[in-house]
Amino acid sequence: MSPYLALLRARFRLLLHYRAAALAGIATQIGFGLILTSAFAAFYGSDQVSRQMLPLSLPNLMTYLWLGQALLGLLPWRMDGEVKAMVTSGGLAYELLRPVDLYGLWFSRAIALRTAPVLLRAIPLLILAGWLFGLSLPPSIEAAGLWTVGLAGAVALSAACTVLMSISLLWTLSGEGVQFAMPAFASFFSGHLLPLALFPDWAGRMIALLPFRGLMDTPHRLWIGTLEGAEAWGAIAHQWVWVALLVVVGRFLLSRGLTRVVIQGG
Amino acid sequence: MPPRNPARQTKPVSHSDVGAFRLYVRYVAISWRAQLQYRASFLLQCLGTGMITAGEFLVIVALFGRFKTLDGWTLPEICVFYGTVNLAWSIAEALARGFDDFGSLVKSGDFDRILLRPRSTVLQVLGREFTLRRVGRFALGVMVLTWGWTDLELGWDGARLLLVGFAVAGGVALFIGLLVLQATLAFWTVESLEVMNILTYGGVTTTQYPITIYPSRLRHFFTAVIPLACVAYFPIVAVLGHPDPLGTAVVWQCLSPTVGFLFFGLSLLVWRMGVRHYSSTGS
Repeated sequence: MSPYLALLRARFRLLLHYRAAALAGIATQIGFGLILTSAFAAFYGSDQVSRQMLPLSLPNLMTYLWLGQALLGLLPWRMDGEVKAMVTSGGLAYELLRPVDLYGLWFSRAIALRTAPVLLRAIPLLILAGWLFGLSLPPSIEAAGLWTVGLAGAVALSAACTVLMSISLLWTLSGEGVQFAMPAFASFFSGHLLPLALFPDWAGRMIALLPFRGLMDTPHRLWIGTLEGAEAWGAIAHQWVWVALLVVVGRFLLSRGLTRVVIQGG
Repeated sequence: MPPRNPARQTKPVSHSDVGAFRLYVRYVAISWRAQLQYRASFLLQCLGTGMITAGEFLVIVALFGRFKTLDGWTLPEICVFYGTVNLAWSIAEALARGFDDFGSLVKSGDFDRILLRPRSTVLQVLGREFTLRRVGRFALGVMVLTWGWTDLELGWDGARLLLVGFAVAGGVALFIGLLVLQATLAFWTVESLEVMNILTYGGVTTTQYPITIYPSRLRHFFTAVIPLACVAYFPIVAVLGHPDPLGTAVVWQCLSPTVGFLFFGLSLLVWRMGVRHYSSTGS
């Protein structure tokens, strides 16, 4: 296990260097959060009748939206730039020579890539949003505990998606197809653009089958406490079933891809 | 490219030979050819950005499915706001892409080369790229605007069409102004600043709804500081013939897109200041 942990640590230290970028990111996210929450609040304020029947109350919605801003970087927006550079430059040869499992290596990379920037941004953003902008704390210790479990699942899921994007490079080199489809799917079906509870009911049921809700909707709802008991564990199981599935598919594709890989450059 | 006949190049070409506009058209032609080199990747990028934009619009449709009304505004009315703003932004983004990632030019020191050429810096930076990849947002803007327009039965009313055109033009000017300001900042920071996204992307998100729905601070910011309301909300209220809850006069509503052009002019003045301040990174 240790080479993976060492890589994760090194990557983490590297990414934590960009503090100015993190500060700019926090300011940007707060700006967007203010715009988004105002627009949603306006919808909630304009139709009192529908509001009574909503599956998500306004204070819970505010918390949900701010959590989304804080954890924005958790979504698989981009593929791993370093892996991409390796595949296109031929550096992949070195990667193959290392006495470690390639999938595991790329997976630890992806975990560091997704969590380090989020860690830098999320904590100050959550504090600010809680203090000034209407984010509430989890209602109970139990909810907070479940949230951390759900967050771990979200990180694993996001990493699995990121590795899939990396693997697609073995076929396309530029990886552009997957690179552009993934953020569109992830932001729409995870509940990041619109909480899944506010989708039309039939659409919500179908979207719940997809892996993407595990990235945002599941941890957010664990935090606000609308997902509890058996239902909470069901959602967490959903996350890990998908992680397992994506890892199996990823491993299969990777071994297939490596049989036909061409080492580029020189 | 094969080398041209050297005899043709012996005559020095003075820069008055090619008009500024013709030069720009040539820049654009080169940029388009470059972008279409990788046909498949280009199509996929168009599809990807198109999907993200369509997702954003579906969110609005879904919200109206839940709530029926937004503070008294209906979905077709919102579509006219949404279409106008997104049209303006997509055109501005395509035209001023060279300003959008201007930071890379300062960082690499390549701006020096631009300064050496006997042409205006603005023309050259604009000519760096005319992006076609964001065509999805443009197409969606046209479709949404058309749908709202026909649903409200606004018809072929010359005055209304003129006003929407004026609003889009003013919006393009204003958004390009914002991108110019963002680029100007790079003279000081050497980076393209992510924070400016709050004004551009955030501005689009804000003004695709009528600004009456927002708390007054946000409304005032996008009216007085970044005058996006002047190219979106005010003219569109007049187009819709909707009484303005903010109580502005119709004359103001029809003339307000002018503010977009003023903002653009102002940004060019700031740009000139920035160019004078520029010192090369030397790399």
